[in-house]
Amino acid sequence: MILLSLGRRAPGTPTQVDRGIVSAADWRRRRIRWTLRFIQGATLLFLLVVGLGPLLWMAKSSITPTQDTLRMPMALWPHGFDLSYFATAWTRTHIDRYLLNTVWIAFGSWIVQIVVATTGGYALSVLRPRFHRLLTGLVLATLFVPSIVLLVPLYLTVVDMPLVHFRMIDSFWAVWLPAGASAFNVVVIKRFFDNLPREIFEAARVDGAGPFQLFWRIVLPMSRPIIGVVSVFAVIATWKDYLWPMLVLRNPNLQPLSVRLPILQPTTQLDIFIAALTISSLIPIALFLLFQRLFLHGPGLSGAIKG
Amino acid sequence: MEAGHGMGSYAYRELMHRIASRRWPRVHARVSRDGLGTLAFLLPLLVIFGVFSWFPIIRAFVMSIQETNLVSDPTFVGLDNFARVWADPLFSTAISNTAYFALLALIVGYPIPIVLAVIMSEARRGKGLFSALAYLPVVVPPVVSVLLWRVFFDAGPNGVFNTMLGWVGLGPLPWLQNATSAMPSIVIEATWAAAGGTVIIYLAALLSVPPELYDAAEVDGASIWQKIWHVTLPQMRGVLFVTLILQLIATAQLFTEPFLFTGGGPATSTTTVLLLIYRYAFQNSLGGEYGMAAALSVMLAAFLAAFTAVYFWLTRSWSTSS
Repeated sequence: MILLSLGRRAPGTPTQVDRGIVSAADWRRRRIRWTLRFIQGATLLFLLVVGLGPLLWMAKSSITPTQDTLRMPMALWPHGFDLSYFATAWTRTHIDRYLLNTVWIAFGSWIVQIVVATTGGYALSVLRPRFHRLLTGLVLATLFVPSIVLLVPLYLTVVDMPLVHFRMIDSFWAVWLPAGASAFNVVVIKRFFDNLPREIFEAARVDGAGPFQLFWRIVLPMSRPIIGVVSVFAVIATWKDYLWPMLVLRNPNLQPLSVRLPILQPTTQLDIFIAALTISSLIPIALFLLFQRLFLHGPGLSGAIKG
Repeated sequence: MEAGHGMGSYAYRELMHRIASRRWPRVHARVSRDGLGTLAFLLPLLVIFGVFSWFPIIRAFVMSIQETNLVSDPTFVGLDNFARVWADPLFSTAISNTAYFALLALIVGYPIPIVLAVIMSEARRGKGLFSALAYLPVVVPPVVSVLLWRVFFDAGPNGVFNTMLGWVGLGPLPWLQNATSAMPSIVIEATWAAAGGTVIIYLAALLSVPPELYDAAEVDGASIWQKIWHVTLPQMRGVLFVTLILQLIATAQLFTEPFLFTGGGPATSTTTVLLLIYRYAFQNSLGGEYGMAAALSVMLAAFLAAFTAVYFWLTRSWSTSS
């Protein structure tokens, strides 16, 4: 996809192109070769232990009885193999409901974000109304305001929306609508639209297509890849969110996993609780494994998301 | 950083495909440049950004000089909120804790991704495996990581980390239970959770180092160390400067980790500025001190903005482009 072109060198330059710090001559020297192999092996081992280790421990402990985990937390092999903790977490601890809430919150936030970013990006990039530069600047400016500044005033806005006096506390709208105000999405999508060929818009206009047709039949179908990128990041970001849903969703029946898990920890048996943690991380990890290339080759994107 | 690069050919193919496969219906009503159609497309952005971004940002500044509660109309109080925050004994504690956290996170967390990325980029095989492993902790939801690490940090002799320390004859450590070790413990988890993202940025930066520079360095007889020191790191300095300031800005705004690990304790040893803002606004038995919370957030934002400006001004001559 588009993002993959990043970092690739122009084709046509001969063999030495893919060299790094260590030259081919260095690689041929035995001492250097073995040292490098050793360092790389050690790094791989380190990453396995540190990156994957905690997750494997979590997976193991969610099928191990609490007693075993407490007594011998580092036992390599689970004593028994008991999937019942997942079942208990799912039914008795109501992880099913919280997972559904999380999915529902992520889904709504995704829709709002995509609608705002595509329509806004289209207006600012293609239709270009009179003040489009100023508006783009205002959207960009919000990227430079730390999110903490918004916390309290945004909360008061959601408690009592100005002018219409609409109270959104304990409603998914309180998470869905603010999610749309993501300057990052608008900027990424607008930049993509900026690079679409202008001729096609002109051609469509000459053929009599209005702004709606231009958007629906040309711009959107051409932007599927970037919409995919923004979608994956939007879903993961919503899944990770904690502070905001904790503030605005007070009703336990509406709370997502991230809000519910810390409340459950003191009253839940360790094996069941860790099973719940495992369930909570499955979807983000699955999304990562499926769309690895987006995460690992689009550093401009992943690096620019602000906390 | 150029996400749109290389898209021309894609768009062109798509264009050809569209032209070949579609007939456009003839609609003669033309919509002018600033017509209703344009407004309709702008509307979602204007409403959502207006209500949930621009308005709250302005309101934060207004609230910082007002007495606000949920019952009566706000009243103007001048700099009273700032004065009250300033007089709060927790204020200086929160600042020094946040600074301490940022410093520790810098010492522990800043070099690790650089070292990892340099080693990983030299791998001839399995680069994908390396980076997937490094990035994995980043996709685990922060709440799950914190709650899991709370189990790891168990202070008993049978805690996960204490068991591991026991293998080499050390420990047991009190980890989160002790005012001295609580903050370093949080830093370890936060580094684990964030390092992978930085590694990926560095890997891309390493790819853009022109290979001719290494060739030239070898002609001059440079060793591998010298190449890293005199070619790689100087070539990456633009990225390194940016990630440094980004990391500082991020650590100054840390909430989930101290909130869920320790709630600011033991005593006040992990009460950060963000925790204090949260406490003012949402954990006050007398009702939310929204004015004080707004004043403190404005102060934090102003400090970060000033710090960033000074930082870029100081490093302007060393940095490449950014």
